[in-house]
Amino acid sequence: MSYLHLADKTKLKGVQYGSSNSTSGEVVFSTGMTGYVETFTDPSFAGQILVCTYPLIGNYGVPDSSFFESKKIHLKGVIVSELALSYSHSDAHQSIDSWLKKEGVPLLAGIDTRALTKKLREHGAILGAISSSEKPIVFDDPNTRNLVADVSPSEVTIHGDGPICIIAIDCGMKENIVRSLTRPNVTLKRVPWNYDIANEQYDALFISNGPGDPTQCSKTVHSIKNAMKQNKPILGICLGNQLLALAAGGATYKLSYGHRGQNQPCIDTETGRCYITSQNHGFAVKSDSLPEDWKVWFTNANDNSVEGIKHTDAPWRSVQFHPEAAPGPTDTAWIFDEFLASLQK
Amino acid sequence: MAVTLSKPKCILLLGSGGLRIGQAGEFDYSGSQAIKAYKEEGIRVVLLNPNIATVQTDIAFQGTQHKDRSLADEVYYLPLTIEHATEVIQKEKPDAIALSFGGQTALNLGLALEKKGVLKKYGVRVLGTPTKAIRDTEDRKLFVQRLKQIKVDTAQSIATKSVAEALSAAEKIGYPVMIRSGFALGGEGSGRVANAAEMKQKTTEVFKSVPQILVEEYLGGWKEVEYEVVRDCADNCITVCNMENIDPMGIHTGESIVVAPSQTLNNHEYHMLRTVATKTIRHLGIVGECNIQYALNPDKPEYRVIEVNARLSRSSALASKATGYPLAYVAAKLSLGYTLTELKNAVTKTTTACFEPALDYLVLKFPRWDLQKFDSAHKRIGTEMKSVGEVMAIGRSFEEVLQKAIRSLNIGATGFTAQSNKEKFTVRDYEKLIKEPTTERIFAIAEALRDGISVETIHQWSRIDRFFLSKMHNIITLEKKLTNRTPDSEEIREAKKIGFSDAQLALMSGRTEDDIRSLRLKYNIRPSIKQIDTLAAEFPAQTNYLYCTYHGIEDDVVASKKHYVVLGSGPYCIGSSVEFDWSSVQVLKTLRAKGMGSIMVNSNPETVSTDYDESDRLYFEELTRERILDIIDFEKPAGVFISTGGQIANNLALPLYKKGVQIMGTSPIDIDRAEDRHIFSNLCDTLDIDQPTWGEFSSTKAALKKAAAIGYPVIVRPSYVLSGAAMTVAHDEHSLVAFLKKAKDISREHPVVISQFIENAREIEIDGVAQSGKLKIYAISEHVENAGTHSGDATVVLPPQRTYLETVRRAKEITKKLIQALNITGPFNAQFLAKDNHIKVIECNVRASRSFPFVSKVTGYNFIELAARAMLGEDISGEYQTVDLDHVAVKSPQFSFSRIKGADPIGRVEMSSTGEVACFGGNLHEALILSMKASGFRLPKKNILVSLGREENKVKLLESVRSLHEMGFTLFATEHTADFLKAQKIPNKRVLKISSVEGKRKKKELDVGTLIESGELDLIINIPTHIYTDHIRDGFIIRRKAVDMNIPLITNRQLAEAFVTALQSTKR
Repeated sequence: MSYLHLADKTKLKGVQYGSSNSTSGEVVFSTGMTGYVETFTDPSFAGQILVCTYPLIGNYGVPDSSFFESKKIHLKGVIVSELALSYSHSDAHQSIDSWLKKEGVPLLAGIDTRALTKKLREHGAILGAISSSEKPIVFDDPNTRNLVADVSPSEVTIHGDGPICIIAIDCGMKENIVRSLTRPNVTLKRVPWNYDIANEQYDALFISNGPGDPTQCSKTVHSIKNAMKQNKPILGICLGNQLLALAAGGATYKLSYGHRGQNQPCIDTETGRCYITSQNHGFAVKSDSLPEDWKVWFTNANDNSVEGIKHTDAPWRSVQFHPEAAPGPTDTAWIFDEFLASLQK
Repeated sequence: MAVTLSKPKCILLLGSGGLRIGQAGEFDYSGSQAIKAYKEEGIRVVLLNPNIATVQTDIAFQGTQHKDRSLADEVYYLPLTIEHATEVIQKEKPDAIALSFGGQTALNLGLALEKKGVLKKYGVRVLGTPTKAIRDTEDRKLFVQRLKQIKVDTAQSIATKSVAEALSAAEKIGYPVMIRSGFALGGEGSGRVANAAEMKQKTTEVFKSVPQILVEEYLGGWKEVEYEVVRDCADNCITVCNMENIDPMGIHTGESIVVAPSQTLNNHEYHMLRTVATKTIRHLGIVGECNIQYALNPDKPEYRVIEVNARLSRSSALASKATGYPLAYVAAKLSLGYTLTELKNAVTKTTTACFEPALDYLVLKFPRWDLQKFDSAHKRIGTEMKSVGEVMAIGRSFEEVLQKAIRSLNIGATGFTAQSNKEKFTVRDYEKLIKEPTTERIFAIAEALRDGISVETIHQWSRIDRFFLSKMHNIITLEKKLTNRTPDSEEIREAKKIGFSDAQLALMSGRTEDDIRSLRLKYNIRPSIKQIDTLAAEFPAQTNYLYCTYHGIEDDVVASKKHYVVLGSGPYCIGSSVEFDWSSVQVLKTLRAKGMGSIMVNSNPETVSTDYDESDRLYFEELTRERILDIIDFEKPAGVFISTGGQIANNLALPLYKKGVQIMGTSPIDIDRAEDRHIFSNLCDTLDIDQPTWGEFSSTKAALKKAAAIGYPVIVRPSYVLSGAAMTVAHDEHSLVAFLKKAKDISREHPVVISQFIENAREIEIDGVAQSGKLKIYAISEHVENAGTHSGDATVVLPPQRTYLETVRRAKEITKKLIQALNITGPFNAQFLAKDNHIKVIECNVRASRSFPFVSKVTGYNFIELAARAMLGEDISGEYQTVDLDHVAVKSPQFSFSRIKGADPIGRVEMSSTGEVACFGGNLHEALILSMKASGFRLPKKNILVSLGREENKVKLLESVRSLHEMGFTLFATEHTADFLKAQKIPNKRVLKISSVEGKRKKKELDVGTLIESGELDLIINIPTHIYTDHIRDGFIIRRKAVDMNIPLITNRQLAEAFVTALQSTKR
């Protein structure tokens, strides 16, 4: 028996799988019904314990790393209702249990994840810990740290060798963004979050997703401002959306419990079209904080929060959701196409 | 953002007609939601649907208290044919028509109306998906072409229009191939074909009823996955739900166990198929709801689109119930030009309808078959649909939903394993039954697992994914662990999480169910009550849609207290169909009208009662004593209605009563007095009410002795049957012995009942409502067929046209005596035999019967509303005019024999029909012809085959046959009939019986088999010699071929007479 302890003194009993270590982090929930491999390897989850609302996790096992969104699991822990100990899929190489053991990540099964999710919804994201001890342990608050610094690479890497050079600031970039941007005519220069781009030769700037509070990334914001001065085309995703807003002079705030799932409807304010999007974020852009020459590009059809911003004249835009999907629907993959098309020489 | 279309003023909505295999009650649900959606917009709705037992065909009843704003403005109980639809269009002048809420029947009729130019002529616009897009999905060749344009893969497929074309197509693709017929509901005439000989035989048969057959690459063993897709006119497109068949490709989705959401698809597969779905539906231009089916290669990311149904379907009803997303309602709104973003999520009421539900539970659908009712029917399942209904179970583990679903089937199974009826669910030759699936496959898998066969081996045998099999294995493992000992609290908890019922645990541990229940409650192990909120708890939702699970630590709701529980009917099956859903819904409406809270419990996704708008709380749950008690313990209701849900609910009356539950209406003790044959018989004796002689016997010898004393024929019904029909008629000692042998075990525990079968007796029924033992309202109806045809298969006439007034008076007197003796409060149904003004009572059911919607709509009084009010204590005394009516209504059975291969298409004492229709007329003749047409009968144009068994039938039908001749029909007759008619100077063409042909065919003489296959016949009248001993004889072959060739068939003498008389009168 192990326990999930929450900062409000809630204690839930379950069975621990994966690593037998204790862990602590911010407890958040995601409503995706498939795609746990992609979710677990998403660097944006750094510092967090993830509650899966779908009750059966691990059914199709774990495939090789070509399906991963980063090289490792950045989650601090996982909470599920039921973990599949027998899995079945032609791509599967191992079970979640064995994968999490190797990655050193604990998983707690046998939890009423619906009850827990309701609590998170009502109280907002909360600190928690998985431990075999009945006594509460010290909680680690990831939001006090610069999580981006933890997950961002330390080196520059180059993908592709096309004539169009895009600098991608990797704040914890998902692999499917790299796959989506790497086209025959593109060279993608993937740089650390704090990389100084002032002296770089490039055609466009991309700012990736990543974990935590955007205000921790002032160095990245600085780079974006620099690109704006040079009127370089810019695209941001997720954290990139928040950082672009900050660079533009806007503000961000922490959502009570964030958007994490694959069914978030977002409306394109220019066309009225609604797209189903994949999301994973705890912070958002304040719509009334945007300067006058910026507009809201997408809004969330459920709670009206900002899901994308766009400059009225300059080629600067970003979305809060994940057009690269993985996991989730691919409805907005056209955002990459449009961005890349605008860069054609 | 809506495209500016003028809102229609009047919409003609096409229904789906009588319930039949492949097209059941799901369309009552979708049609009812469409009416609701249109009425909210202030649009006049005219409904064409002869299915009188449905909620959607409700009218404003006389004196009703119901405040229903979602009734159609006008309902036409008429056949769904071009002729009658045109009539309605001429009269009502609708400016729009809705085709997608009445299944394949409505879609086909709509397309035909358009093709004939009727819609254009009268300026009727098709709502939602344009007909061109529908045609693209229905015509396989067009479909493949259209999908090719966007590089979407379909199974290699060649459309053929003749047997020769089909053979060459199969050569090209290579055997085995799959054949599918276009324009057919539920995959009729589809199947795997292994070689040319089989190909020739199958396609010859199928081409008789369809114009086109597809020959396709065979994808057996691939995963079968479906997506429900919604698109609006502004091109917003979402997939509301995906579903995975546990039985892989090769078994029709209506025959498969299905889970939602998919369980074994990874993100890539899930979204590959989702992306193809939205791309395809956009390309086709569908507006509203549709379903796309895929085959998915289990070994690599490769798929084939199997088909797109551009309409609401069985799957969409299931998806609606699985997710809480009201697909039909939304589709109806979209058909008016609304966009998804303009509509709200009906559950949360705050978030948008343009989203994809996230489930935090899973559902499992299990088909309900009834093939054991047909002696010679094939039990194999495959690419054709044979199931008559389905159940859905909701829970938070696969094992939980699997066991719940199996219990909900109401076939006597206590779950996946640990059966109380062990003999019935023990499958000895499990390897064969797993490899060649039958309706018993799930129990074969359980047996194999118990026998230690590995998951891997069973996977190789069945191609069922190892994931599902390993879950089933978990159930068996726990069963073994807990056998022969009393479980501790942790073990009970563990067993409950994987779906074991108290009854199963009792069997395993050798304790009683009540022991386990007490133990469980002592340990405080109770199911949690969870909400279905479409968003996995992400947003607050005031939803009343609930289920129970043992994977929980808290309830999402607090007890309602003082509400009333209404028990639903469970799965549709032969004998319990949409009429009981109608009745249950009426009680909900009455409770609402009286301002009382209602709690609905049902497990059938194809119903209106499980629409969460209909009740204050909906428990989508199994109708078992254990679960009802769980719900009652939690909700603390004021009372439970058990008398409107048919036999399942009725059977729960006494067990619940014994647990102290407040049952509404007649006391369960009195219900039991009517149900128990001995008590009821004694009661009749005391009241001086005559009944057919009967006796109960525990040995064959005693039974034979009694039968001889009563005189053959006798009706025989064993209380316990291993296989075969539950009830039959024995015409002589020989057939009685044969039948008793089949029943195998006749003993004191399993006695057999033998009763007098009165020939040439008429049957009449009284449906009514009583209060405190006094008759308050009643309707009396007569059967066209003589006694011997089950009341559910009979053609019923209201008001009676041929019954003597004196007979009516006596039946009413007897009814009053019974009501008083049983102290009935609520609905009842009494059945009588009448012969020469003498009447005997057959049975008295102290509950709503099959005919309640019929008698309510024909008399104009809502019998169930009155019953509910009576049960709630309101005095319902009043003047109800139910005898002297201005019209005659006829109710006809709807059979599904074409789907039940090998079954003898004949009415017997055991019920065979899957549904019913009813039509009105100025007189009996008019109503009968309409009603028969509404059940799919086509009036003859030229050629009629007459084949009459027994001298009596020949003589009694002589004048009818003569009339057919006089009306100008060409008559064909089999040997004896031909000779008889010739002697009576009725010209006819003599054809040989099948048995005469075998071995000794004379040249140039036509045989009946060839005649039927020629497709020249418009009608076959075949009256069997003996109904119960005729299976392999000539008559059976004629009847079976008639059904397989889709030729109208009459097998009952009285119906034949009535039909000919009616035809004559309409011709005049």
